[in-house]
Amino acid sequence: MNKGRFGIHGGQYIPETLMNAVIELEEAYNRFKDDPDFSRELTELFNDYAGRPSRLYFAARMTADLGGAKVYLKREDLNHTGAHKINNVLGQALLAKRMGKTRVIAETGAGQHGVATATAAALMGLECVVYMGKEDTVRQALNVYRMRLLGAEVRPVESGTGTLKDAVSETFREWTSRISDTHYVLGSVMGPHPFPTIVRDFQAVISKEIKAQTFEREGRLPDVVMACVGGGSNAIGAFYHFIGDESVRLIGCEAAGRGIDTFETAATIATGRLGIFHGMKSYFCQDEYGQIAPVYSISAGLDYPGIGPEHAWLHDTGRAEYVPVTDEEAVQAFEYLSRTEGIIPAVESAHAVAHALKIVPELGKDKIVVINISGRGDKDCAAIARYRGEDIHD
Amino acid sequence: MTRIADAFENGKAFIPFVTCGDPDLGTTARLVRAMAAGGADLIELGIPFSDPTAEGPVIQAANERALKAGTTTDKVFDLVENLRRDVSVPMVFMTYANVVFSYGTEKFCARSREVGIQGLILPDVPFEEKGEFDATCKAHGLGLISLIAPTSEDRVARIAREASGFVYCVSSLGVTGVRSEITTDIGAMVGLVKKEKEIPCAVGFGISTPDQARKMAGHADGVIVGSAIMKLIAKHGRDAEPYVAEYVREMKEAVRG
Repeated sequence: MNKGRFGIHGGQYIPETLMNAVIELEEAYNRFKDDPDFSRELTELFNDYAGRPSRLYFAARMTADLGGAKVYLKREDLNHTGAHKINNVLGQALLAKRMGKTRVIAETGAGQHGVATATAAALMGLECVVYMGKEDTVRQALNVYRMRLLGAEVRPVESGTGTLKDAVSETFREWTSRISDTHYVLGSVMGPHPFPTIVRDFQAVISKEIKAQTFEREGRLPDVVMACVGGGSNAIGAFYHFIGDESVRLIGCEAAGRGIDTFETAATIATGRLGIFHGMKSYFCQDEYGQIAPVYSISAGLDYPGIGPEHAWLHDTGRAEYVPVTDEEAVQAFEYLSRTEGIIPAVESAHAVAHALKIVPELGKDKIVVINISGRGDKDCAAIARYRGEDIHD
Repeated sequence: MTRIADAFENGKAFIPFVTCGDPDLGTTARLVRAMAAGGADLIELGIPFSDPTAEGPVIQAANERALKAGTTTDKVFDLVENLRRDVSVPMVFMTYANVVFSYGTEKFCARSREVGIQGLILPDVPFEEKGEFDATCKAHGLGLISLIAPTSEDRVARIAREASGFVYCVSSLGVTGVRSEITTDIGAMVGLVKKEKEIPCAVGFGISTPDQARKMAGHADGVIVGSAIMKLIAKHGRDAEPYVAEYVREMKEAVRG
């Protein structure tokens, strides 16, 4: 009863039709997660296919420029398909295969998770259908093409606001109608139990590597680990192995859009309140009657009205801090990292870089800050150019 | 005093659903009165939600229209209070967990009881999560209706044992919406429930024609229809009353047995 809780958050608020599917998934996951064959196969995929471990790069120019703590960048952008999403997808696709599923479905916002799922499906010979908000298929046309090239079918979602939350709803609806041969590859640490735990475990490789790499370079733990948060998968991946290390500050950077005092925001911790949606109890942007609010951010990947239940709990306990970062700050950081280090970050990751620009100068030179660069920014160049008033084609 | 059990004392039950506030609450009031007059045994009142994940396109669109028209939970309570002056058939709310939770489960249940509601259907609250709602429902004399699905299998017995009011049997996989054919063995599903507990079973999801309703009523104690009615409302808007009244009469005739 009442499984998969992080404090009061989490749970399994889904239609009865799906209950046996998530129970089957939980049982399969518990069976395979400690299975040596499964672990070996996943590690091989991580290393040989995705290019892990990803580098921990000392950002010397940024460090010198900011004049405070030493800044390291965890280069998840260098993974195959260009983001941390591949970690989770390889794990879930492998799990789906072991469960005898022949078809995977997924939601996608910016298209990164969709591309990663289509990639893993191609690699493992699985049929793949990706649901993407109609508006996002227009904003991210190149990723739609990429998914099709990889053999996936992309179904535009027109219901609701035609963005990420509607893509999630539609993928759940599709799963309800076809369960026996189909696994839902959820892209973030959200949804009903066991998804927040499964996705976190597959992403936890990030903090495991950061810890080992920081020890190797500096002989100690970092002082701050920071990451952007939408649903929160790259952040939980970067935080997880540090949760027990109380000296390490964990900072999640939410998308404030045009500001947390406007309606055009996606900062869930800053503006949301406790609710139940998409299978979980957590914080959501909603009105006084519990209607889920339309959210906004320049970043399609952070454009989600909720946050994963483990983050909600880390917030409740004060173990992690969550801060809002506006579009303008993120765009400036996007440009700053490109110019200073020759690294174009995803606009999602740029939210974490933006907050680092604020805090790093205040920290002593003996401090170590690690920023998780969750993805690369090629996909965002057209949108940022538009934001700056230049019209270029995708 | 009105009870859910009353719905099953007039032959097989016909249970229509309506999304409150589509196209406006005045129309909903007239439709509910027409349904009651047409022989509805229990009426499911949908409180609209922005993201109804268990619904197909027809009821999704109804939810959207209702919210756009300014429908709120408080206005729906007022509607029911007004209807209860002359409508005596049992009525239950159908909505999503967040609508109840964000209103305050205690406050929601107290107000539901006060305006004359008999029960609550929450499609995103399965057996595992019903605890936090069920205790409050019980304290206010409301039945929290349990759902079983074609995939429930070994779960049916557990769900049935703790069920109250009636058991909502989901006829097929997928979301709500009209289907040309229902292949699930409804008789077997109902049998599993009755083996555990003598409680009425009503079948919903996908039923639209009198023929389908008659067939389903042969296996269960009642038939629930939502999307077919919301389609009539989508088509006729504020003038839907006579069409819905006629449809309810026809369906009740088909299931009466």
